[in-house]
Amino acid sequence: MNFDKELDARGLSCPLPILKTKKALADMTAGQVLKIVSTDNGAVKDMQAFASQTGNTLLSMVEASHEYTFYMQKK
Amino acid sequence: MAAKKMAIIASKGTLDMAYPPFILSSTAAALGYEVQVFFTFYGLQLLRKDLSSVMISPLANPAMPMPIPMPVMMQMLPGMESMATMMMKAKLKKHGVASLQELRDLCLEAEVKFVACQMTVDLFEFDKSEFIDNAEYGGAATFMEFAGNTDICLFI
Repeated sequence: MNFDKELDARGLSCPLPILKTKKALADMTAGQVLKIVSTDNGAVKDMQAFASQTGNTLLSMVEASHEYTFYMQKK
Repeated sequence: MAAKKMAIIASKGTLDMAYPPFILSSTAAALGYEVQVFFTFYGLQLLRKDLSSVMISPLANPAMPMPIPMPVMMQMLPGMESMATMMMKAKLKKHGVASLQELRDLCLEAEVKFVACQMTVDLFEFDKSEFIDNAEYGGAATFMEFAGNTDICLFI
């Protein structure tokens, strides 16, 4: 999956992954994709909620060895 | 669709009760809510420039998970409060939870409005210079105007 920017949110707990995602998206243009890597178990649901409430699109989510990788497209 | 609104009344000033208002308001703001937090009574402690004085007491906190069982007689010994606060802060840091300072800064960056209860300031004779500059001062009626139109209103 192509992405335009990467956010390493590993080791950060709620609500930091969401807050940093919002901040990172703010500097991007519509259609660009942000890759977020998180170790927070709650991030799975949080990212989905963030996408549905802000109108950004969660393209995909991959879980591998306790790390979650999200691809969020800016609306 | 108009932006949703959330009001929080923050009435507590201990380390454990400082997190809910800042976490909820920063997250709501990140999700597009318009947020205002009314700090009253002990909640004023959360508006101090220096947040290192926000503490947690092991005394009379039966719901607090303890590393070892601690009888009340031990909880009240001098230094226990500082130790509990230190241990809690270390635990928060270890698990990657933001510090109060960081969360508060994120709230302000997300344009969460902080209102300090004027009556409380007068009551405890607080010095406004000890509080952050970004707080407005107001009373219950002023806050009701915003609170009455919110989708979420919380008392913490």
